[in-house]
Amino acid sequence: MTKESFLPQAGPHTEKKVRGAELVISAILRTGVVASMGVIAVGAVVTLIRHPAYSTSARELTRLKGAMTACPHSLREIGEGLRQLHGQAFAALGLLLLILTPVTRVGASILIFLALRDRLYVLITSTVFLLLLLSFFLGRG
Amino acid sequence: MTPVEFCLITFAISIFAGGLGSLLGLGGGLIVIPALTLLLHVDIRYAIGASIVSVIATSSGAAAAYVRERMTNLRVAMVLEIATTLGALTGAYLAGRVGVRALEILFGLIMGYSAIMMLRRRESRGSVGRAPWADRLRLHGSYFDKALGREVAYRVRGTRVGLALMYIAGITSGLLGIGSGALKVPAMDLAMRLPIKVSTATSNFMIGVTAAAGAGIYFMRGDIVPLIAAPVAVGVSIGAILGSRILGRIKSERLRAAFVAILLLVSAQMLLKGILK
Repeated sequence: MTKESFLPQAGPHTEKKVRGAELVISAILRTGVVASMGVIAVGAVVTLIRHPAYSTSARELTRLKGAMTACPHSLREIGEGLRQLHGQAFAALGLLLLILTPVTRVGASILIFLALRDRLYVLITSTVFLLLLLSFFLGRG
Repeated sequence: MTPVEFCLITFAISIFAGGLGSLLGLGGGLIVIPALTLLLHVDIRYAIGASIVSVIATSSGAAAAYVRERMTNLRVAMVLEIATTLGALTGAYLAGRVGVRALEILFGLIMGYSAIMMLRRRESRGSVGRAPWADRLRLHGSYFDKALGREVAYRVRGTRVGLALMYIAGITSGLLGIGSGALKVPAMDLAMRLPIKVSTATSNFMIGVTAAAGAGIYFMRGDIVPLIAAPVAVGVSIGAILGSRILGRIKSERLRAAFVAILLLVSAQMLLKGILK
């Protein structure tokens, strides 16, 4: 059994590059999660400030549950909601950031494989990236 | 119930689900979906939408740590992600077309299967022999085993079988809003002969991308409702962190068996709900 690393002919130089790439991927994942949680928290605070009735009225929940289909789910709606300081738009943005975190990780991997001159894996990673982008278009139709 | 109360209860349920999920080595999704539908009577579509986002959060958090520790086989992950994302797109697309009953029945089945899989004795055999696809894709690797205190090299095989199984795992993930780790890990350690620790870390790494493919569709379709999804995403993440902290302290097999029994009960309840409706 031969000992193989992340790269087949990994010398000390590429080994270092690969380690750097792993740290970049790790940092993207952590930053994405922390950022989205922060934005969601802002959304919760904004909502509570703007809608004090949410903590007292049960009728508000019935109204919200009835309006679930109208929640913001396109970039334009979220942008509009953010301008008008809607808490729900902030929360939606936070959730979108969370969904985009793995997408960003895959995008960064393409660049990493490009830097390592690994054509086969640039192709594989780009395919995954395109499939992820496709998901956003499929959902709209 | 006021909106704030609703969010707080959802939040509390999610912390519990995330904690239990990480204690059992399942994602939070398998637990948070039945909890939301059975306890709070949330439409299963919205529960699925909320769960899939929480799956991304827990997977990304855990994956960040595993990658730093070099447990993940990034090449295997990238190759298999083609199959899981394709599967997730198929599943999320189908989810808009199959009825709630079918979703509940399928969910009950997968939940029961996952619970039983947790009782499986975890061991892996090494692989020798020819593996043309794995050779061509340079999938073989090595990792540092803390328990053994040395670098362990391994060979990979069964790439095509692995891809096929991952497509199925992707479909259930996209359809049901769960990570499908219970399907991904066996595909890697049994079919592809990756060491258990590498399978677990790599599965975790892929789960985020698989879930993102499904979540993109759910988000654009409007099934990810902030009122439910926001407390679930934050709650499950907090629960998962708490769960991993106490994981070292409780490891009783009895406790594990008790949890499995509960999961089986819930899965039966979910099945009945789907069948009797």
